[in-house]
Amino acid sequence: MTSRSTKARLQLIAAGAALALAAACGGSSGGGGGDDKASAPGVTATTVTIGSHQPLTGPAAPGYSEIAPAAEAMFKYINESGGIHGRSIEYKYKDDGYNPANTVDVVKQLVLQDKVFAIFNGLGTPTHSKVTDYLNQARVPDLFVASGARLWDDPKKHPYTFGWQPDYLIEGKVLGKYIKDNLAGKKVGYLYQNDDFGKDGIAGLDSQLDAAQVVDKQPYETSQLSQPTGIAPQLSSLKAKGAEVVVSFSIPAATAVALLTNAKIGYKPQMVVSNVGSDPTTLTGLLGTFSKGAVGAALLNGIVTDRYLPAPSDTADPWITLFKKIHDKYIPSLPFDGNVEYGMAAAYTFAQALNAAGENPTRQSLVDAVEKGGFKGPGFTPFRFSEDSHAGYTGMLITTLDGKGGSTKLGDAFVTTNDPSAAIEPAPADAQGKPGDDAFLKP
Amino acid sequence: MSRFLSVTLSGLAGGMIYAAVALSLVLIWRATRVLNFAQGAMAMFTTYLAYYVLDHDGSYWLAFAVALLSGLLLGAFVERVLVRPVESGPHLNAVVVTLGIFIFLQGLAGLLFGGRFRSFPTTFSNKNYNVGDVSTLSPFEIFVISSVGLVAVLLFALFQYTDVGLRMRAAAFEGEIARMLGVRVGQMLTLGWALAAVAGSLAGILVAPSVFLHPNNMDGVFVFGFTAAVIGGLDSPVGAIIGGLGIGVLLSYVASYAGGDLQTLAALGVLVFILMVKPSGLFSSTATRRV
Amino acid sequence: MATLALPRRGPFASTIVRHLTVAVVGGLVLLLLTSSVNAYRDFQIANVGYYVVAVAGLTVLTGLNGQISLGHGALMMVGAYTAALILDRDNPPPLVVVLVLCVVVTAVVGAIVGAAAARLRGPYLAGATLAFAVGLPGLTSHYAGTFGGDNGLSVFTSPPPASLGVDFPSERWQAWITLAAALVTLVLLANLASSRVGRSFRAVRDDEVSAELAGIHVARTQVLAFVVSAACAGLAGGLLAVVSGQATPGAFSVALSLAILAGAVLGGLGSLAGAVYGAVALVALPAISSNASERFDFGTDVKSNMPLLVYGALLVIVMLVAPQGLQGGVRRLAGLLRGRSPAQPARNESVTEVSVTEPEG
Repeated sequence: MTSRSTKARLQLIAAGAALALAAACGGSSGGGGGDDKASAPGVTATTVTIGSHQPLTGPAAPGYSEIAPAAEAMFKYINESGGIHGRSIEYKYKDDGYNPANTVDVVKQLVLQDKVFAIFNGLGTPTHSKVTDYLNQARVPDLFVASGARLWDDPKKHPYTFGWQPDYLIEGKVLGKYIKDNLAGKKVGYLYQNDDFGKDGIAGLDSQLDAAQVVDKQPYETSQLSQPTGIAPQLSSLKAKGAEVVVSFSIPAATAVALLTNAKIGYKPQMVVSNVGSDPTTLTGLLGTFSKGAVGAALLNGIVTDRYLPAPSDTADPWITLFKKIHDKYIPSLPFDGNVEYGMAAAYTFAQALNAAGENPTRQSLVDAVEKGGFKGPGFTPFRFSEDSHAGYTGMLITTLDGKGGSTKLGDAFVTTNDPSAAIEPAPADAQGKPGDDAFLKP
Repeated sequence: MSRFLSVTLSGLAGGMIYAAVALSLVLIWRATRVLNFAQGAMAMFTTYLAYYVLDHDGSYWLAFAVALLSGLLLGAFVERVLVRPVESGPHLNAVVVTLGIFIFLQGLAGLLFGGRFRSFPTTFSNKNYNVGDVSTLSPFEIFVISSVGLVAVLLFALFQYTDVGLRMRAAAFEGEIARMLGVRVGQMLTLGWALAAVAGSLAGILVAPSVFLHPNNMDGVFVFGFTAAVIGGLDSPVGAIIGGLGIGVLLSYVASYAGGDLQTLAALGVLVFILMVKPSGLFSSTATRRV
Repeated sequence: MATLALPRRGPFASTIVRHLTVAVVGGLVLLLLTSSVNAYRDFQIANVGYYVVAVAGLTVLTGLNGQISLGHGALMMVGAYTAALILDRDNPPPLVVVLVLCVVVTAVVGAIVGAAAARLRGPYLAGATLAFAVGLPGLTSHYAGTFGGDNGLSVFTSPPPASLGVDFPSERWQAWITLAAALVTLVLLANLASSRVGRSFRAVRDDEVSAELAGIHVARTQVLAFVVSAACAGLAGGLLAVVSGQATPGAFSVALSLAILAGAVLGGLGSLAGAVYGAVALVALPAISSNASERFDFGTDVKSNMPLLVYGALLVIVMLVAPQGLQGGVRRLAGLLRGRSPAQPARNESVTEVSVTEPEG
């Protein structure tokens, strides 16, 4: 016998050493702390470092990968005019590929190694719900989760976590009320994504609509969108059941596939589409400048949807003017669409919260500032932030798309809560702020 | 009944796409005994090149030609430069190389073209013809079926009736003997990959209008194309076509009559059932031993 | 390095004692290592730990027994959901019990998959296991009530024992858990590989007909190899659930199955030491790619996609440079250090590398 077996054992030990090596040469050391002006981890005399997890690559990346660069552009704009209390906001966003295991990894890296002050706008329900326990245990502010699930509004269990956008149940209620008031007597069908997003949405619809009016409920899987037959079976069923109104709780790709399929099978229902799935710029891109046979952006004409922020096409709105200016300066290669607007608006709310957290912000003072609330920005409705509520925007208004990338408001905004029985009321008239209300944001 | 017919036809049109992917996998397997996990990503990338042509005001047919030609070159490059050097090592190395290429191309596409969804034209109308009360196929779907069919027939003719085809088959099945008979085996294997990649690129450009163009747009199509190739038998181009059509119809039935969430489970069930009865697929003639 | 060689006489003559000695030494080294790095490094090491278990299990199946599997990610998912469902109770059993149950449940699933797999060879086995990896997550959506749909289940991870002190980082505790599991797995697999069972695995791999003639039941051996491998995957999945606090379909995509296979091949197929290298590579390569990319001020699209591109390129480069995997590279390096000319290993040798101890005589 040779010494092969001992060699093999040596190699096991060497493998152990490889672990040490990998750990030793893995990358940068932790930043943050150690400064006189450091009031909290991630805060120095001149900077505040915050972090996020985002799907920059992978199946969820299209569209969503624009949000973080847009938020970063807003922070850069604020930094250039002096920052918040003299500090510039450094935004570190990392790719989790929409894989929840990766989310845990990058969030731990941000908190433990990069020592960020707070996590901001972490994207996705399956992803972010796996780090809320951790962030709250570690007492890291977890602001303005980029998801309309109802999970973020639980101040007792998760005192450091806050939502931002209106949740999908609220959205379902407002859309349901519109149908009840304006499309009475029509047969209604649902098309919805088979997860929390879609199910919350139809729960909201069901709270408003008479069950007899709803003739078909068709769930779809996102995996179907990557197959050539797409969601044709669902739309064929809705057509066969005679639905005259189709409410669609869908992501933009699914909305586009649904519209193309309708054109293909000759089905012309009144489409009512959730905010998530109705961004005109994204849909116009998806329906194509190339498409032949009377499809294309014209398919968007007449779609009813809802929004809680001004439409990116509404150039008369001072917020859109400002966002477009920031877009053109920092991220001109990205389309100016709803995702970019979303990122900028959320970043602005964060800047307001940081500003309100005081000269030398601590993690607790940031959370206190959000709970105190009172932020006004581009949104049509107030935030619901308080000690008892960590929910964000509380409602939306109804608009209709014109097929040329634009949209028209159908009345004023409503507010409600995600209690199915709670009333839907008109939003206060002065809910929207103006750029320049805060000194740190020069229009 | 009319719905059943519509569902079947729509499944067949989709199945042709899986058939094209399966065909490309079968050709590569026959040539070099390698499972090419990069096939979907390669097709995605060549579709982006076609998109680039369209975006610069090129015609659809120019873009179509660019996709197929770049597929040809990419297939040859991958075989000759990246796969050939690892062929002498443990043979799963080639699998890892194709996985690496798969990830690399997705990164490269995102880097060059951005991670956004892009629309892709159909060139023919995508409105279904109605026959009686049956919503049948659209002109574009007829184009899908006929172009994949044409490519399959051309490949078949090439293999069966031409000298090059004979030499390619010889190189693939009896490399040593072919070499002794003066066949440039290496060149033939490269050509096999190149032709296979053309079939893949065809699938890419035909499916892009339905699934849009983005760096992951072929992942789902690739998985079912692979399933189709295994069902048909990896040595059999005919099996690839039939497997592809079968999977297409199956997925359409499941989504229509059982629910979209059961598609992948149904594909698994059918695959396992067929392999339990025929462990080398429906149409394979040779037994396979290698891992 | 040669001075570390353990004598083959005296107490070290027993295979098990030798393996245990290595494990204890390795454990001590790891104890020092985990205690000297920051909490995030501990978390990465915890990830390496469960990858070691999964990759080692696959290397036994594919390297020793010659069966490919593209479905180990789905088997890990079985383990993870088992852990999640058990830990979701009011009074969950101790972690060791949970992990053992993960192993048992996944081994049962592995027996079923293995029984089907025993009839299949090469690419057909690859196709069937790939379909398994794609199909199984569909169950979570269909039975959303039990499995939580796309959101999956959150797993409560128990804090470190109070005896370690209040400030003891939970990541270090998790690293200890997965590393202990990895060492136990490696010792068990090393003993299995050098046992009669391990020899029958290899005999079936090398030549099924000869193995049959030698009295080995081929199908039974293949199913057994699948069960052993699945048991490892189940343990790895359970550990993943505990470390990252979740069982979600998104974490067990086909990409995970392919990554496990890539880890086994990158490390050096059939070698348990290679499994360790492969597992380190699975954690280190993406981290290195993304750290490297962060140092440059790229545009948005480039910044997002550069890590992916670098990772893919690294996979190809490793295979081109080190065809026998990292393990083969280390072996050649060790040969050079000893001043011997590195004998080019025969193609078959790398596969038999796991035969850490050939039977005496």
